[in-house]
Amino acid sequence: MKGLDARLVVRRAAFELDLALAAAPGEVVALLGPNGAGKSTALRALAGLVAMPDGHIRLDGTDLRPLPAERRGVGMVFQDYLLFPHLSVLENVAFGPRCQNAGRRAARRRAAQWLERVGLAEYASARPRALSGGQAQRVALARALAVEPGLLLLDEPLAALDAHTRLEIRAALRRHLAGFEGAAVLVTHDPLDAMVLADRIVVVEDGRLVQEGTPAEVARRPRTDYVARLVGLNLYRGKAEGGTVVIGGTEGEHALDTVDSLSGEVFLAFAPSSVALYRTRPDGSPRNLWRARVAAVERHGDRVRVRLSGPPFDAVADITPASVAELDLSEGSTIWAAVKATETHVYPA
Amino acid sequence: MSRSGRPPWFLLLPALAGLAFLVLPLAGLLARAPWSTLGTRLGQGQVLEALRLSLLSATVSTGVCLLLGVPLAWVLARASFPGLRLVRALVTVPLVLPPVVGGVALLLALGRRGLVGEWLDSAFGITLPFTTAAVVLAETFVAMPFLVISVEGALRAADLRYEEAAATLGAGRWTIFRRVTLPLVAPGVAAGAVLCWARALGEFGATITFAGNFPGRTQTMPLAVYLALQDDPQAAIVLSLVLLAVSVAVLAALRDRWVET
Repeated sequence: MKGLDARLVVRRAAFELDLALAAAPGEVVALLGPNGAGKSTALRALAGLVAMPDGHIRLDGTDLRPLPAERRGVGMVFQDYLLFPHLSVLENVAFGPRCQNAGRRAARRRAAQWLERVGLAEYASARPRALSGGQAQRVALARALAVEPGLLLLDEPLAALDAHTRLEIRAALRRHLAGFEGAAVLVTHDPLDAMVLADRIVVVEDGRLVQEGTPAEVARRPRTDYVARLVGLNLYRGKAEGGTVVIGGTEGEHALDTVDSLSGEVFLAFAPSSVALYRTRPDGSPRNLWRARVAAVERHGDRVRVRLSGPPFDAVADITPASVAELDLSEGSTIWAAVKATETHVYPA
Repeated sequence: MSRSGRPPWFLLLPALAGLAFLVLPLAGLLARAPWSTLGTRLGQGQVLEALRLSLLSATVSTGVCLLLGVPLAWVLARASFPGLRLVRALVTVPLVLPPVVGGVALLLALGRRGLVGEWLDSAFGITLPFTTAAVVLAETFVAMPFLVISVEGALRAADLRYEEAAATLGAGRWTIFRRVTLPLVAPGVAAGAVLCWARALGEFGATITFAGNFPGRTQTMPLAVYLALQDDPQAAIVLSLVLLAVSVAVLAALRDRWVET
């Protein structure tokens, strides 16, 4: 079988990672998860930097697990790049080819080609500390790719960059990943990075896979609170029957009307922007109407995010700053909230 | 003037007193030097002989310290085994041991009737005491801890993740050590080597005990100074001046180049 097929098992004192992971050649898989979920540990296990007594890592049919890091042929881009400070940019990139027994001249030639490809040829003789964050990231990528790895690992490749550089480097990274023929695994806690860079997202929480799918699927159908928060949706688990979903609220059950005709265990999601808020009970009473307490009012881009707490259930609403003034919102006040049935989205759990 | 540029009086006064204490004896040496006869005294064969031997033995012993001390520092910094703390304490013993005692210990170990010395003598016909090799050994014994401590500190402070990065690029243990670890701790190794060399150059007690005081063979500058002090104090001053000038020149050159980067 071509590509990566792995089951990563790492046990620590209070933590266990057990993750099945596959990536076809040319595919970019993002491991998305909160801090401490085990994403970086998974990457280090793939690279051979943590011992893995159980599980397997097959790359193009070869089991890498018994091999030490230096014999795995895996390229890794570290979070803070770890360019060797005592070597020039060119020597950094030539380091891998040199280790593969390429002669000094051949290694330098290969390094120069990679620097050309990432657009940093003129920095060949510079020291890493003279580079900007974005440039260092590109050199780190060139250094990892110069060993022509079968598997490319990227640990939070954009986390150390400022917002503006990030945008630019993300686009460049996407191009380079598209040109890479091996499998690539990328670790991030930023959903946007995962959406833009990956063909498939694997959500990891607490050392376990909790959701897997294309970026569009994950964004549209979150299956955990963490993912729902990341993609900005209100998410509830409940039982559907005849167009109604009964969810477990903060105090007992609560029924919500939907337009889907599923039955059984389902997830119900709706966007914060689809929640309407009223000071007094609205006329014509929309179907999904509830009284909620305002727990917090926060700025969220050009919108205002209102956190509503139950009973009956917790939710998040996005409204305009003008509405905040009209509604005279303040923390602790009570308010009416409504969601149209057509704005809800129901899918099997 | 910046706040940090001007030292407060409670630091400045003791600092000046400390500096004076270190410089005053040197000034005494300069003041009492027989400047008029300096040229002829320097030309005497014994002075150059002792200087050559001192520089040679200190340099060779620094080389030996590097060869053995850097790996030892690596083990102390990176390995973990039962008794590590004891080993670390043992390594620093020569720092606190009076050098003469070190010399006696070396004699008991490597002397003709010593633990290892007897076997060296009977098996290979090698006799170490009272040879130039003994000078190097004595100096290595007292100087190595300076190198080990300095390099161990640098290794502990070095970021291990660079070595991981090197491993993912296909570097084996030896390549990682040679091309990543060693360059990263180079300032620490250089500082340790300078300290080591300086200590070896000034070595007296262990040398005179283990190697004796034979002109041209084991008589280094400190030994020559001590001997001259008995019967020709003027000559002792000249020898001291030479030793002083050479050490200051070498240390100044190395310090600028390595230690303060």
